[in-house]
Amino acid sequence: MENGAVLEMRGICKYFPGVRALEQVDFTLREGEIHALMGENGAGKSTLIKVLTGVYPKDGGDVTLAGTPVHIKSPQDAQNKGIATVYQEITLCPNLTVAENMYIGRTKGPFTDWVKMNKKAEALLDELEIPAYPTEQLGNCSIAVQQMVAIARAVDMECKVLILDEPTSSLDEQEVVKLFKLMRNLKEKGVGIIFVTHFLEQVYEVCDRITVLRDGKLVGEYIIEDLPRVKLVSKMLGKDFDDMADIKSDSDAANTDLDGTPVYEAINLTGTTGIKPFNFQIHKGEVNGFTGLLGSGRSESVRAIFGADRVVGGKVMINGVPVKIRKPLDAMKHGISYLPEDRKLDGIVGDLSVRDNIILALQVMKGFFKPFSRAQAEKFADEYIKLLNIKTASQDTPIKSLSGGNQQKVILARWLLANPQYLILDEPTRGIDVGTKVEIQKLVLKLAAEGKSITFISSEIDEMVRTCSRLIVMRDGKVVGELKGDDLNQNKIMATIAGGESK
Amino acid sequence: MTESATNNSKSSAKGILLKIVRNQLFIPLAALLLLVLFNLFTDPGFFDIVLKPSSTGSLILSGNLITIIDNASELVILAIGMTLVTSASGGQDISVGATIAIAGSTVLRIVKTQASDIPGGKFAGIIIISFLLCVVVSAAFGAFNGALVAFFKIQPMVATLILFTAGRSIAAWINNNDNISINDNRFGYFGNFIPGIPVPTPVFITVICLIVIAVVLKLTNLRLYSQSVGINASSSRLNGINPKMIKLLTFVILGVCVAVCGFIKVSRTSSITYSVIANNIEMDAILAVALGGNNLGGGKFNLTASVIGAYVIQFLTTTLYKFKEIDSSSISAYKAVVVILLIIISSPYIRKRFDDLKNKRLAAKAQANVGKEAN
Repeated sequence: MENGAVLEMRGICKYFPGVRALEQVDFTLREGEIHALMGENGAGKSTLIKVLTGVYPKDGGDVTLAGTPVHIKSPQDAQNKGIATVYQEITLCPNLTVAENMYIGRTKGPFTDWVKMNKKAEALLDELEIPAYPTEQLGNCSIAVQQMVAIARAVDMECKVLILDEPTSSLDEQEVVKLFKLMRNLKEKGVGIIFVTHFLEQVYEVCDRITVLRDGKLVGEYIIEDLPRVKLVSKMLGKDFDDMADIKSDSDAANTDLDGTPVYEAINLTGTTGIKPFNFQIHKGEVNGFTGLLGSGRSESVRAIFGADRVVGGKVMINGVPVKIRKPLDAMKHGISYLPEDRKLDGIVGDLSVRDNIILALQVMKGFFKPFSRAQAEKFADEYIKLLNIKTASQDTPIKSLSGGNQQKVILARWLLANPQYLILDEPTRGIDVGTKVEIQKLVLKLAAEGKSITFISSEIDEMVRTCSRLIVMRDGKVVGELKGDDLNQNKIMATIAGGESK
Repeated sequence: MTESATNNSKSSAKGILLKIVRNQLFIPLAALLLLVLFNLFTDPGFFDIVLKPSSTGSLILSGNLITIIDNASELVILAIGMTLVTSASGGQDISVGATIAIAGSTVLRIVKTQASDIPGGKFAGIIIISFLLCVVVSAAFGAFNGALVAFFKIQPMVATLILFTAGRSIAAWINNNDNISINDNRFGYFGNFIPGIPVPTPVFITVICLIVIAVVLKLTNLRLYSQSVGINASSSRLNGINPKMIKLLTFVILGVCVAVCGFIKVSRTSSITYSVIANNIEMDAILAVALGGNNLGGGKFNLTASVIGAYVIQFLTTTLYKFKEIDSSSISAYKAVVVILLIIISSPYIRKRFDDLKNKRLAAKAQANVGKEAN
């Protein structure tokens, strides 16, 4: 046994019908370290976590906790053995108070000393510097605080291993900072933290070590200083990584027609979701983007364009012709497609097959009384599964059993099949692996080159800089700037977002 | 590699067996088969069908099987609508029994005004008018339920509780709480036999309903839309579907099913007892959907499974009635025991166990393949 290792996993194997999800994977977590688990979607990160937390039984290998071999039978068992998990989605009860959430299921006997419970909760929240009151209803706290409460709950159960599965994907920057502070805090107390994330910057900010998985196999374990970013990415992808830097170079030749009639133009478009009326236009073959902090109104703006939320005023013109867009179907009929920000809530139809999910939008446009024949639907699905390289067992597989990146590709396929002239992509790359991210960015530029207009939104500014030729910057529900050409660089964008008006 | 593993499972007999067991139709069909076998052993003559003269003198088919299929008609027709409502709204309509009373009462209100000796052509006209009116009324009540669910976002069971409570009073009010009895025996054709045809008329009506819904599902996107709405309404809306209209539509379709049932029901007896007609049928209809292995929380549905589920329930009821030892008032208790068993078997938990069994086998296979590849 390695010195100071709280958790050792050796030769872990896990098979699913037809898939080797994990093949002889080793993983070591030392006391008081933050250890990143990296890999593309489908690399086996989630499976490894699920084996560790007892969700899946393993098909081979050994798990040792602080030197003692253990067999983890169920998530409850894992918890009792000191392995706590905080998932991306909050799994607490929003209608209970913070303290209740921290102690739910852990009180002994039929009676609860509420006063004592709240006191204990308060002490712990203070200690971990979590800005929440024990008696506050959890649902009223921000997502970040909710996540921290989940962590506090785990910590209080005296966990030795804390697993954070994509904890930052729904947090804004300040919240991430707070979370990292908490993580470092816990690290000093000797907790071993496994950190699963897609954000490379965050890995380099807090982690000590990185374990990389690819295709269910271990690529290696590295100390963070020994593995520069580019190398990490190439290890994750299993190839040299020069794609990322120059995907835009071949796109500048795009046939953007900035002088002609805009494909879409809105004047004083007014929604009901707290954004100020705004003007917007996009030309044929143009890729532009909305940027701004979370809550700045960038999503609300595109939702207003698509008619996803109620629009109460403003003029809209498609190719110079005034039109009314009151609901999504109107937008779709005018050749606008919208890939929503929240894939799970607004994108996928979970239990339906990949095929049904792909044809959905086109089918709706075709009409209630004109269903596609089975053969036609299969042809569409086949075509797009191939085109976008969607990894699925079959067309009939329910979309919810696909990995996040592949789900996103299915939604993308749905909207490409609808053959729009104007495609809105709201956070298409969130929560998906680097390889698919690049694929999607390339696809966006390719579509633009084919003459489609695209609005691209991403939280990662470098991604926006790489793909967009014009950026609309928003702050507090208002458009505060428009950047193009040489102004399209990180510093300038940051300054505009922050409010340093251009001088 | 994924493909090879699936092919392997397909080729082995065990794999096929598991595939059958996991099919949604398996449990209702197995239950049906069990009931058939049980009756065959306890009473070899159970399935005898004879052609014998009825009270009116014409030859009719008679036997337990005929009774079951005949009596199941209303339940089967209701199961169609209930399945759709369940799929789109993720809830159930508990007012169908009461709305059947309304529908039946509406029919009688029209028919009772006519003398019993009017000529056939005019009689047919009255029947058609009364039926159409009853469809309109039931569909309107369905729309009322649907509107509460779709626009006011009231849980279906709570929304339909209103008509569940008020429906039978409304039915009585339609006919001033009169005891109506239609003397024209032509009115009874639809719930019993048409002279010269040995098969009960409700069976034909059921078949027509099943054909109609099959055609509707084939020619429209009702299945895709209602499943989509039931699974993820928000996502459906962003794909251009109007979830409210789809929910409303399924309730209206159920309303039409209710109208057909009400019509059959009053025709069976040529009369109506407001407080008893179609009593508790809503629970049987919901049960049929559940027995079919459909998720009562909405989403994907299998109509065939619901229909078989409905026949299973009727089969069970008839079987229990056959036992002289069982007091008719305690039949419900016996029925409940069997139903509990069926529901447990078709529960997601047990289904998951079946799945696990299959996955384990496939995983072992995959492992073997891996070994082969390595060599």
